[in-house]
Amino acid sequence: MNELVKLLDKNGLVFAFLVVGVIIWLSYLVSKKLTNGRIPGAAIAISAGLVIAYFGGEKGLASVPAFSGMALLGGSMLRDFSIVATAMGASFEEIKKTGWVGLAVLVMGTVVAFFAGGSIGYAMGYTDATSFATIGAGACTFIVGPVTGSALGASSDVIAISIAIGVIKSVTVTIATPFLAKRLGIDNPQTAMVFGGLVGSTSGVSAGLAATDVKLVPYGALTATFHTAVGCLLCPSILYFIVQSFLH
Amino acid sequence: MKIYGVAILAVCFLAGHILGDLLGRAFHLTGNLGGVGFAMLLLILLHDRFNKKKMITAETESGILFWGSIYIPVVVAMSATQNVRAAVSGGWVAILAGILGTAACFALVPVFARFTHKTRNAS
Repeated sequence: MNELVKLLDKNGLVFAFLVVGVIIWLSYLVSKKLTNGRIPGAAIAISAGLVIAYFGGEKGLASVPAFSGMALLGGSMLRDFSIVATAMGASFEEIKKTGWVGLAVLVMGTVVAFFAGGSIGYAMGYTDATSFATIGAGACTFIVGPVTGSALGASSDVIAISIAIGVIKSVTVTIATPFLAKRLGIDNPQTAMVFGGLVGSTSGVSAGLAATDVKLVPYGALTATFHTAVGCLLCPSILYFIVQSFLH
Repeated sequence: MKIYGVAILAVCFLAGHILGDLLGRAFHLTGNLGGVGFAMLLLILLHDRFNKKKMITAETESGILFWGSIYIPVVVAMSATQNVRAAVSGGWVAILAGILGTAACFALVPVFARFTHKTRNAS
């Protein structure tokens, strides 16, 4: 047993691939069999990760011997590397076609989510500028939260809250989109792009639009991808400075 | 070759981080300001340029696509290594901020959707 733990710790990253693979496989199974695909497998897997981390220590599951490699797979280097790679799905020409509205929704969506989320955090006791910005960034997407949090040096528990906010947003968007699409006028590519840019949450937007009208998915996902980039750009910089000037 | 795609991705990643670091230093912060965002924009522009000149093959692209497809697993690993026990005390913050933040964004959709109809009619 001791030998096995030593072996798994030594090959931590490879073992982490296996662990995450199993978590995701089980999550997609749950998504398909128990929720009829209504809650996306990705959202379940991320929530499962948070639940598992609860039973670990300060570093979540990585605090448990043999699982130390999880910290490398989920660390900032590989996280940022894979996020950047997702940008390839977007084309600059397409975003230019939507004109100023396309840009306006990206900025508006980020600013509104940031201040709505941050204010709720503030009202519930997270009153310092770094926590305000990290929680607000989490209300953009579960990527923008931790990126902002690590840039500003937020504590791990605040970063965990920001991830949780992003996950809840992803689930909310997925479930609410098909019900609200008609009332919000999401029935053409243009509106789908506005929707994706305002809401962000690529996984929630693409899953929600898939349940509404499959043809709208690429348009919503396109602007949602940019939403994360704009969020990573604005939250730890301009928006943080605005918050800092108010809270100091 | 897939490694070409991974190398392009690495260039964008590093350049974005250098830019973010410089920006962070300019504002006297230890952190990296928007490095990931810069890297994403750089990759979009580079890919666009290469695509127009037909300098990028599907094989090269697949090197980038692989890493893009690994981002959910990485986020799962990241959430599994957070200090969740400490975060649970703030559980209501997550639920309220998640749902109300989303509602605020949804409410703006019809407002901006109106402008897209206007621009479409005008053109």
